[in-house]
Amino acid sequence: MELVLLLSSPLLGALVLGLVGGRRSAPELNVAFSLATFLAACLLTLRVIGTGNLLVAHEQFFIDPLNVFLVTLTSLVGLTTSLFSRPYMRIERDHGRVSGARLRLYHGMYQLFMATMLVALTTNNLGLLWVAMEGATLSTVLLVTLYRTPASLEAGWKYFILCGVGIAQALFGTILLYFAAEHSLGIEGASALLWTHLNGVKGQLEPAVLGLAFVFLLVGYGTKVGLAPLHNWLPDAHAEGPTPISAVLSGLLLNVAIYAVVRCKVLVEGALHSALPSRMLMGFGLLSVVLAACFLWRQRDIKRLFAYSSIEHMGIITFAFGMGGPVANFAALLHMTVHSLTKSAIFFAAGHAAQKAGSQLMDDIRGLITLSPTVGWGLMLGSLAILGLPPFGVFASEFLILTTAMREQPWAIPILLLALAVAFAAIFGRVQPMVFGETRARRLPHPPALLPVFAHLAIVLLLGLYIPPYLADWYRAAARLIAGQ
Amino acid sequence: MAGVPIDLQLLNLCAALLLLLSFAMLAQRRIVNLVNLLALQGALLLCATLLLAWRTGQAHLYVSALLTLALKVLFLPWLLHRLIRRLQVYWDSEPLLNIPVTMLAGLAVVVFAFGLAQPISALGSTATRNSIGIALAVVLLSFITMITRRKAMSQVVGFLSMENGLFFGAMSATYGMPMVVEFGVALDVLVAVLVLGVFFFQIREQFDSLDLQHLEKLREEAAAAGGGGNTSGGDN
Repeated sequence: MELVLLLSSPLLGALVLGLVGGRRSAPELNVAFSLATFLAACLLTLRVIGTGNLLVAHEQFFIDPLNVFLVTLTSLVGLTTSLFSRPYMRIERDHGRVSGARLRLYHGMYQLFMATMLVALTTNNLGLLWVAMEGATLSTVLLVTLYRTPASLEAGWKYFILCGVGIAQALFGTILLYFAAEHSLGIEGASALLWTHLNGVKGQLEPAVLGLAFVFLLVGYGTKVGLAPLHNWLPDAHAEGPTPISAVLSGLLLNVAIYAVVRCKVLVEGALHSALPSRMLMGFGLLSVVLAACFLWRQRDIKRLFAYSSIEHMGIITFAFGMGGPVANFAALLHMTVHSLTKSAIFFAAGHAAQKAGSQLMDDIRGLITLSPTVGWGLMLGSLAILGLPPFGVFASEFLILTTAMREQPWAIPILLLALAVAFAAIFGRVQPMVFGETRARRLPHPPALLPVFAHLAIVLLLGLYIPPYLADWYRAAARLIAGQ
Repeated sequence: MAGVPIDLQLLNLCAALLLLLSFAMLAQRRIVNLVNLLALQGALLLCATLLLAWRTGQAHLYVSALLTLALKVLFLPWLLHRLIRRLQVYWDSEPLLNIPVTMLAGLAVVVFAFGLAQPISALGSTATRNSIGIALAVVLLSFITMITRRKAMSQVVGFLSMENGLFFGAMSATYGMPMVVEFGVALDVLVAVLVLGVFFFQIREQFDSLDLQHLEKLREEAAAAGGGGNTSGGDN
């Protein structure tokens, strides 16, 4: 019941806002639908805490510890982003960058995007997971090109083609999984792609086929995660689209893509009894961390800078999932949570900073602290949090990942530490003058929405200081599930 | 092939023709012809699905054939033709890289695909399991078509042909995917093409051309002017 509410709220929202999304009151409607989705997610969470896992609609949808916390996180960030987008898009409209018709497209697609992500998270059918992931790409392509500038058109095209090709690989991987399931189990028809069924019999699946399937699945969904060397679309799409979209792409879509990879990894690892999936994840993860750290130095656009930082963090998470084991998985899940909250908060602050300066180039953004202390502090604290300074939550998760790596994969430690240090220097060196430099910029026509920024940062701070026991239990249950225990 | 029943022979013929078509696409310069080849590919896919449905008696394959007919044989080629007319790119053709070299690369890819599919085919239980290699080859050849093209329209045709290859792969390996997934995939393809249609007009409005080289040029200018970051687009 709650699940129906959860999925129908954004779908209905897409429909309604697709019709009236250009009106003056559309941003409020957008917030209202996002709030309804969030409340549904909370109800669902309560229900799952009360009664345990759910398996509904002919087993096509399910809720277990791994996806329920991602559902809550997704709907929470969806809600705060809609709060942020309310003044942000009004300012864009006043600046003449978007028209009413484009706002209609924007609001409708925003809700549709939320719906596809929630379907991807809750579906039990690996085929539907693929369909929803592709749907998430399609619903955001036109959002990336919302401003119709040459650069945004290129970004949108690259996004579409790279993710389209990537996700086609994932479809082939899914076909192979289906093939393996039919072959080994003789399960007929629709149930052969259900994750719960496959997970029950993963030991009997044909290892050769599953190994091959995993390569395709990892390359496919990995493209969406933004793993190097398939990350080319990510900085462009983040930098050229409207900022609320950068926030949800970075904070949510990447998480959902990682979720898809992890679901597949659980199956393949169970069938393979070898370290191949782990090694591949660790390799891709480390490569992304290193490459992103190098590219961070060359950035001059604030959104591109933080887009590369997202690639770096996705690399860290992928590496942690690659190490496997309950502790590393726990840390990776925690890192997914805190990264998504912190990164979207940073994008909120960066979006307003860029609006104030009238430019996304970091050389043009100066002296935020005198101009608008809240935006300045938001950006500064957010950057410190994402760089892994204590007492923020990112520190806790990175610390856990590093200590686990020291025990299990000591060779990776120097690489990780070096990359983290490089990233620290690059980002801090850029953010500091933006916040504390001299300035002469003008005021904004609408007051910026900074509640989301500080709400996110407060949660991240809280998670760094103290993880409530039920949340920790929840992470542990999910970590055990991923570790296949 | 004496002991092989006639319907299976026809199926194998379809598979072989699909492979041949992929090579034809690889060498085709004119965009209109590319779209026609895509429609032909859809028609072959339809024949293969119908033959397989008749052979195995599985009802959902008929539904799937109907979907192929509606979407891949009729609607998509019609839409693409319409787009070509509206965008006035009917006579467009594009310079290709060295065709013999592309063909040789294609041959290498086919050999690779057959090698990769060998262990899977050996495990299969379907009558068409030997076509898995062909399906993979079609996917990879479409991929080559995509990366050697500079026009937006030809890249899209490559993309759709890749999807056809995947569809054929699903069919030969497992007699198709579950119905709900097949509908979902079809919906995605449909939406993708509609989104691209909108997209073409946006690109056209901005650059007066569908040549993607304009995009790359702008990116480099932007990078030089301060966009920073990578300039290598589309590699994989």
